[in-house]
Amino acid sequence: MQTDPSHYMIELREVTHAYKTKAGPLPVLDNLSLKVPENSFCAVVGPSGCGKSTLTRLVSGLMKPNEGQVWLHNTLVTSPRPTVGMAFQNPVLLEWRTILQNVLLPLEIVKSPMSKAQATERAHHLLDLVGLTGFAEKRPSELSGGMRQRASLCRSIIHKPDVLILDEPFGALDAFTREDLWCTMHDLREQEPFTCMLITHDLRESVFLADQVVVMSGRPAHAQYVLDVDIPGKRTLDDLYAPRSVEMLATLRHQIQVAQGRTAEGDDAPSPPPPPKPARSKPIPGAMQ
Amino acid sequence: MNDTARKVLAPTLFIVAILAFWEWAVWYNELPDFRMASPSDLIPRYIQFWDLFLIKSWETLWRTVVGLALAVVVGTLFGMIMGFSRFAREGLYPILVGFNAIPKATVVPIVALMFVGQHDFNTVLIAFMISFFPIAVSVSIGLSTLEPEYRDILRSLGASQATIFWKIALPKTLPEFFGALKVAVTLAFIGTNLMEIVSPHGRGLGDLFDSGRISADYPLMFAVLFALAALGILLFYVVVFLERIFAGWAERSPV
Repeated sequence: MQTDPSHYMIELREVTHAYKTKAGPLPVLDNLSLKVPENSFCAVVGPSGCGKSTLTRLVSGLMKPNEGQVWLHNTLVTSPRPTVGMAFQNPVLLEWRTILQNVLLPLEIVKSPMSKAQATERAHHLLDLVGLTGFAEKRPSELSGGMRQRASLCRSIIHKPDVLILDEPFGALDAFTREDLWCTMHDLREQEPFTCMLITHDLRESVFLADQVVVMSGRPAHAQYVLDVDIPGKRTLDDLYAPRSVEMLATLRHQIQVAQGRTAEGDDAPSPPPPPKPARSKPIPGAMQ
Repeated sequence: MNDTARKVLAPTLFIVAILAFWEWAVWYNELPDFRMASPSDLIPRYIQFWDLFLIKSWETLWRTVVGLALAVVVGTLFGMIMGFSRFAREGLYPILVGFNAIPKATVVPIVALMFVGQHDFNTVLIAFMISFFPIAVSVSIGLSTLEPEYRDILRSLGASQATIFWKIALPKTLPEFFGALKVAVTLAFIGTNLMEIVSPHGRGLGDLFDSGRISADYPLMFAVLFALAALGILLFYVVVFLERIFAGWAERSPV
């Protein structure tokens, strides 16, 4: 087993995990390896039930893998770490606290060099950045779903984590709010860079936000395919309709179908059109038989 | 009509209307006071026995409150044990249900014999026994149904179980807790009176009720019923007041 430290911000080495169920062990991850460089954005897509959420729980240290290693910034992950921020599909704001108190919650757990005044100032700054100016003293019940999710994002980065883990945070939002929040994500990362791992079902979201998109195979999952997203410069929603993006989306769609077992890779059957081969994408060696 | 005026006026109007109808019904049917006392019969009793009413009400009140406080402490403790441990929940639940199913009127003579002469203790005990079940159940359900994401937002930062309990599980359970407390406060009150009436020992409003029965003073019995209702309303609204303070966030303001 390799034990030399990782040079990546997030690195998974041959991670295998199974849940115990009444019907025996349910293998979820099988030999999953994954590398995310510092300050880059990695999106993970895959068929439903393929273990994407398990992946977030392993990276955040909420669970330990049966086999293999998870490294965060040169440290082997064995338990939860305060340098990680998390946001879920459910914004889980605490209803008895104001939005400001909700955003400040992680600082009650994590030791931070920030003074109380600095922390409050930072919270207000983040709330301004996500478009929640003037909502600091409101209760979560007074906010719409999209606004709660924005507040939840502020909470996940208030303590300046190295790694942000997002488990489908935009999944339950309407299309316009979702696109709005994608742009907010870019704004946030421009202000203060962090490494991010996003779990999503939305291929457009993955292409718009990420530097690399990892397609997971069906359960038990391994990294079936990695797509490097090459949209240069600051991204706008219009980039999603450029030919290059359409090409990447087609590739991802095809890979998802392979993962779902609907099409066999290399199948010469005429019905599904062969996907365009993107120039800078690379299949993982040994990922497919 | 503004909100405050309505909140005062509506109940007052309804009470006056009901009293007036009652007075009229007794007078119209020419009912003797041993069949039905009229409200006008009650006023002389309150004037005549006002000191007794105050003393007996106080005895009933403090024993109810102590019994309820005990139920809150023990009920919350049981609720926490059952909420956090599935093993404990599955083991304790049938026992609690069985215990709760026993009519407390049958427990009163047993308790009275068990702790002979300890009247205050016995009364508090019955008030406690009858009221702790809903508290234990609601706290355990509140804790065991806490969505895992709520734990995860703190656990992923390395927070301890105790921190998660104080910052999330406990406040999140408060609305359920107060819902149960509203039921429990009335039950504790019933428990106190049960002891006072089934095992008379010269204390509480139940004793005053009993003396009315023995001396055939039927209007006095009715007067006690009204005093009990007034105490019950008082206790209930104290709980509502506490709920506003500690769990007011759960109440959505009308949009």
